[in-house]
Amino acid sequence: MEATTQQSLGDRQPLWYRVLYDKETRSIGIQVLTISLLFAFFFYIIHNAMVNLEAIGKGYSFDFLWEPSNYDISQHLIDYSSRSPHWRAAIVGILNTLLVAVTGIIIATVVGFVLGVLRLSHNWLINRVVYVYIEYVRNVPVLLHILLVHGIIVNTLPIPKNAMMAFEGTLFLTNRGFYTPKPLFEPGMWAVLIAFIVGIGFTIWFKKYAKKVQDATGKIYPVFMIGLGATVGLPIIVFLLSGLPLHWDYPELQGFNFKGGLVLRPEFVALTLALSLYTAAFIAEIVRAGIQAISHGQTEAAHALGIKPNRTMQLVIIPQALRVIIPPLSSQYLNLTKNSSLAIAIGYMDIVATIGGISLNQTGREMECMTIVLLLYLFFSLCISGFMNWYNKRMKLVER
Amino acid sequence: MSEQQSYEPGKHPDLPPPPNMVGAIGWIRENLLGSTTNIVITIVTIYLLYTILPPMINWLFINAVFEGASRDECRAVMAEAGAQGACWAFIGQRFQLFVYGFYPEPERWRVNLSFILMLAALIPILFDNVPYRKWGLRFSMIAPIVICWLLIGGLGLVSVPTDKFGGFMLTLTIGVTGIVGSLPIGIVLALGRQSHLPAVRLVCVAFIEFIRGVPLITLLFVASTMLNYFLPPGTSFDLLLRVLIMVTLFASAYIAEVVRGGLQALPKGQTEAADAMGLKYWQSMRLIILPQALKISIPGIVNTFIGLYKDTTLVIIIGLLDPLGVGRASLADTKWQGLSTEVYVFVALFFFVSCISMARYSLYLENKLHTGHKR
Repeated sequence: MEATTQQSLGDRQPLWYRVLYDKETRSIGIQVLTISLLFAFFFYIIHNAMVNLEAIGKGYSFDFLWEPSNYDISQHLIDYSSRSPHWRAAIVGILNTLLVAVTGIIIATVVGFVLGVLRLSHNWLINRVVYVYIEYVRNVPVLLHILLVHGIIVNTLPIPKNAMMAFEGTLFLTNRGFYTPKPLFEPGMWAVLIAFIVGIGFTIWFKKYAKKVQDATGKIYPVFMIGLGATVGLPIIVFLLSGLPLHWDYPELQGFNFKGGLVLRPEFVALTLALSLYTAAFIAEIVRAGIQAISHGQTEAAHALGIKPNRTMQLVIIPQALRVIIPPLSSQYLNLTKNSSLAIAIGYMDIVATIGGISLNQTGREMECMTIVLLLYLFFSLCISGFMNWYNKRMKLVER
Repeated sequence: MSEQQSYEPGKHPDLPPPPNMVGAIGWIRENLLGSTTNIVITIVTIYLLYTILPPMINWLFINAVFEGASRDECRAVMAEAGAQGACWAFIGQRFQLFVYGFYPEPERWRVNLSFILMLAALIPILFDNVPYRKWGLRFSMIAPIVICWLLIGGLGLVSVPTDKFGGFMLTLTIGVTGIVGSLPIGIVLALGRQSHLPAVRLVCVAFIEFIRGVPLITLLFVASTMLNYFLPPGTSFDLLLRVLIMVTLFASAYIAEVVRGGLQALPKGQTEAADAMGLKYWQSMRLIILPQALKISIPGIVNTFIGLYKDTTLVIIIGLLDPLGVGRASLADTKWQGLSTEVYVFVALFFFVSCISMARYSLYLENKLHTGHKR
């Protein structure tokens, strides 16, 4: 009887038992179950939606996008009036979202890196001040920051008549917005633009060339200064040579408000400022963690090789810290873009406020509008994470 | 020639350090005035603090008015003193509203009792050195049901419709439900994403990426405007419940990503060893993998919780009255118009205190669970 092997023991089990406890069957079974549950769920909700929509006589169609929108949007980067169709309102909204996101990301990155470095400073005072600031910003909801900044701009800044003037009448701060002169370009500006592009191209080429020279001979060129000269100096020279093809449209007080010039609306300023300062606090912590993650031995080794402190930072610490910093940084960028949807709380017309807000309420097309908004945000998110993944891959440690 | 005491080599007593290298002076030299840059930074910082702090403190405390029945009274007091300040009297007058929202007054003891029960249920979960912890944990399992019954009513208590919920109580309701609900769902999603079964993995990835790709506010809009379409005709669904479900799902996608990070950080040998021991999938997860993975992901999990807690403010956009909403609603009262800054500062203080305590707890837990070698 002892000769009964494991296998025959297994054989003694009934067939259904063996099938049920087989690894393959189980995995297929679970997957089939998941997929069919999912399909059943989607079928159920779509069926419900169809029944419900039919009951109130609504279909699912995007025809409303071509009807006139009948509402105004104060900040529009493309031509828009209340007679424009809904799809144009949606595009105005998208551009407004992108404007806040891009401006916010730039400011947040700069401020965040500065704060992160100050947080590591040996100076006790600045270290503590930045610490308190970061803790305050991170632990208060972003919506509150937005409302607070907006409240301060609207309640404490003067009305246009007594506008606060800064920089010799070139910047007017009022509770209706910030007014600055608007640059008006003449055709000669194209030459400047071309010069700028040529400058960038030259800098990229020169950087590669300098690296090649350095790898071969060890000679170091001042790449940064030469690049700066090419990207900034060249356009300025062309600008001067082509006879200053630019003049300014100054804002002027007419009646109760300013006319002309470039206006930054209080909603835009409040949203951008609040979002970028909020995100900057998170970026500062990421930067600090990234720099601290690089072991001190790296600095010591660089010093032992005779590399100067500045170049140690530039050549040894920062490239390594960036690898730690970039993945969380990209998710902060995503957060900023998504948080820009809070614009609706202060009446800044972004996607959620235009197509997902007023258009939705006017046409009663909840399904279609929300579908558009959700898909657009998904698209933005995928773009940002795609770009960051590509960048991350480029920066990644090349292992054997 | 003065007499010199001689010491054998190595026997010389230690001399005190130079006086300007130790004590307050040494500390200042080291930390504030170490180099030229340091001196500049110190001076600039002191100047900034000097311009920002005094007006802020004046506004917050010194010139502030703490008692009064309307904004005009506040103004009168300030005009007498000839200074601008906050009108905290408003917060004092509306304090009950900030805490309970529109919860009916005779029933507010239920909210208080729920709050005490919640704290009592949290203590055995949060700290492992309390007496009778085992019984405490059992209590913690039942407490949510009791609290739910207390807040909503029914079964002998007067029932309170959820649209009366408001103020800090609403924040806590949404925050705590979201936190309690999202952790298990998030863990399951993370395991699903790591699964060997392609269909399960696909579903989990799609869910997580979808939720993480859109802002919470659009999901709340979906909950408030669209959800009724997807339900069988005739069913209507409580708005607060819809919000709770959305917030929980939203947070669980983020938790899933944090836990996935923890799972990926574990060496593959752990899973293989568990398999070699003959543990089944759920056994190896429960006993070997998850305890280690969750430990690594604590900071991320708590950060997600803090984020969720802060995001509860977004419900004002779909018309629920959290502290911010209550505050803005009471500002519509002509007696108190124009005090929005006071409301924002007060609510900010509440969130700051709650979030920072969560962050501190996470630090405590990290230190306690740190079994490795710490440098």
